[in-house]
Amino acid sequence: MSDVVNDAQPLSGAPAPSRLATARLPRWAPLGIAVGAIVVGFGVGAAAGWKSHIQWGLLALFLFVAGSYAITARVEGRRQAKDRVATSLIWASFILAVIPLYSLVQTTISKGSKALDGTFLTHSMNNVLTIQPGGGVYHAIIGTLEQVAIATAIAAPIGILTAIYLVEYGVGRLARWVTFFVDVMTGVPSIVAGLFILSVWFEATGQAPHEGFAGSLALTILMLPVVVRSTEEMLKLVPNELREASLALGVPKWRTITKVVIPTAVGGITTGVMLAVARIAGESAPIALLVFGSDVINNNPFQGPQSSLPYYIYQQYTNGNDPSYNRAWSAALVLIAFVMILNALARAIARWKAPKTGR
Amino acid sequence: MAKRIDVSGLSAYYGTFRAIDDISMTIEPRSVTAFIGPSGCGKSTFLRTLNRMHEVVPGARVEGKVLLDDENLYGSGVDPVSVRRTVGMVFQRPNPFPTMSIYDNVAAGLRLNGIRKKGELDSIVEKSLKGANLWNEVKDRLNKPGSGLSGGQQQRLCIARAIAVEPQVLLMDEPCSALDPISTLAIEDLIGELKTQFTIVIVTHNMQQAARVSDRTAFFNLAAVGQPGKLIEIDETERIFSNPTVQATEDYISGRFG
Ligand SMILES: Nc1ncnc2c1ncn2[C@@H]1O[C@H](COP(=O)(O)OP(=O)(O)O)[C@@H](O)[C@H]1O
Ligand SMILES: [Mg+2]
Repeated sequence: MSDVVNDAQPLSGAPAPSRLATARLPRWAPLGIAVGAIVVGFGVGAAAGWKSHIQWGLLALFLFVAGSYAITARVEGRRQAKDRVATSLIWASFILAVIPLYSLVQTTISKGSKALDGTFLTHSMNNVLTIQPGGGVYHAIIGTLEQVAIATAIAAPIGILTAIYLVEYGVGRLARWVTFFVDVMTGVPSIVAGLFILSVWFEATGQAPHEGFAGSLALTILMLPVVVRSTEEMLKLVPNELREASLALGVPKWRTITKVVIPTAVGGITTGVMLAVARIAGESAPIALLVFGSDVINNNPFQGPQSSLPYYIYQQYTNGNDPSYNRAWSAALVLIAFVMILNALARAIARWKAPKTGR
Repeated sequence: MAKRIDVSGLSAYYGTFRAIDDISMTIEPRSVTAFIGPSGCGKSTFLRTLNRMHEVVPGARVEGKVLLDDENLYGSGVDPVSVRRTVGMVFQRPNPFPTMSIYDNVAAGLRLNGIRKKGELDSIVEKSLKGANLWNEVKDRLNKPGSGLSGGQQQRLCIARAIAVEPQVLLMDEPCSALDPISTLAIEDLIGELKTQFTIVIVTHNMQQAARVSDRTAFFNLAAVGQPGKLIEIDETERIFSNPTVQATEDYISGRFG
């Protein structure tokens, strides 16, 4: 009897139970629930004989989320349970997003490393029969580098200037039209960009193009809207107060833009350009149409057919034999590495150029 | 060097909305003029018409005249850029350029206006930072970013930046409202020193501050929200605070509204 009384009404000397702290699950609880969910999910899946392992995973995922909620709700309360469910959903989506990426990189590395060696990186396919092993991607690397560099040299300045116009000067009809056309360009499929350049080229010269430069022009069309859009977003992030501070010093508008606005946004702008480069580096359709592809090294993007990495991959894969498959995978690995290096570079520049804080 | 400002019949618009209506006043050189009045009565708007910063807002325009020693700022052919070099401005929130060091922040106005010589820049930067009472605190870290300073130091950095281009008038829009009392005091002292060289106009929400720093005070008011703000009266600060001519001024100062 006395026990019950004591529980309900603590003696005045004893500390009152805290209203702020509630019971907590131990820190390892989410991990424990996850392991439990996976074991049960896979066990049920195996026992029921489900063929698709994706079904096992989905069941485990469901058990994990439901289990987190149920257990946390019992121990910690409903609000904490909702919090935990939101957290576990975020983790689950993260894992769902990473699995394909991991599998893609892993497949490319395991298949692509077979043919990848010094010879592969430094030789072309000149005089190599497609059914032989050997040969390389050097000519395709040269092609990609040159075509992408030319496209960037054209698209980045035009795109950045367009964005500056839209954000800093653009009012009225012209700005609305420019925005509209940039939106439209964003949706242009790469093959259409290729066809467009092809027909313009025909009109201008009377013959079909087969040089890297024509491919660069098509890539420019694909790159331009991406650069405009990302630069625009970055410029909009620059606080208006900085512009006003500069204008109030009697600095003309154009110098305010070049010395205050752009330096503040340059990290983000660079990242945007690099991402656009990464996007066009993977385009094969315009190259197939305009540059024709080639097995030999051609350093001149303004004359004669060239190859490029995505086109090379396509070409090798359609050859349909094992040495060619291996070359295709290796070239894919080279392309992924190229894009990843660009991304790393963009991040480094963004960090280096970010507005400085601290003392 | 300080100049007199003569405003007559000035109205300012944001699009079709008239924010201030028909303001006329004279601002004496080498003195501090304070603007007080309830929020939204157009103090900032009026201040920004004095160095043509108002028109930076899209759709904004001004009617009327602002004479700076007999030269109309809104006359035809007047370049807003040179107006802003003559009439400097300090904003409510400290806004140093985040990509620049302390030194570069102060030198920004000069550099952007074409002064490049290292020796000349060095001496102006030092003079301006001393003028803003900041030199001793930052002289050992001139190359560190300006955003690493405290709020009060940042605001003094902005003042140094504004006086480095040697304007003749300095406009300050609630320069202390984001600062602690100590920094506020530092800036009020600074205003007292600066008025020997510049014509100073300061917007403030702090009645004691207006009483402490200003020689003359202008009271603005608006009839109702959505109505344009008007100048109610401008007079010696002492008079405004002891026996104003208009009842509304007395009500506002004694805290009966606003
Ligand atoms: N950028 C702007 N665009 C449109 N209206 C504005 C803008 N800035 C201020 N206003 C309006 O102008 C009036 C005066 O504002 P402001 O000059 O900031 O007053 P105060 O500085 O006295 O508080 C207010 O009604 C405000 O809503
Ligand atoms: Mg204001």
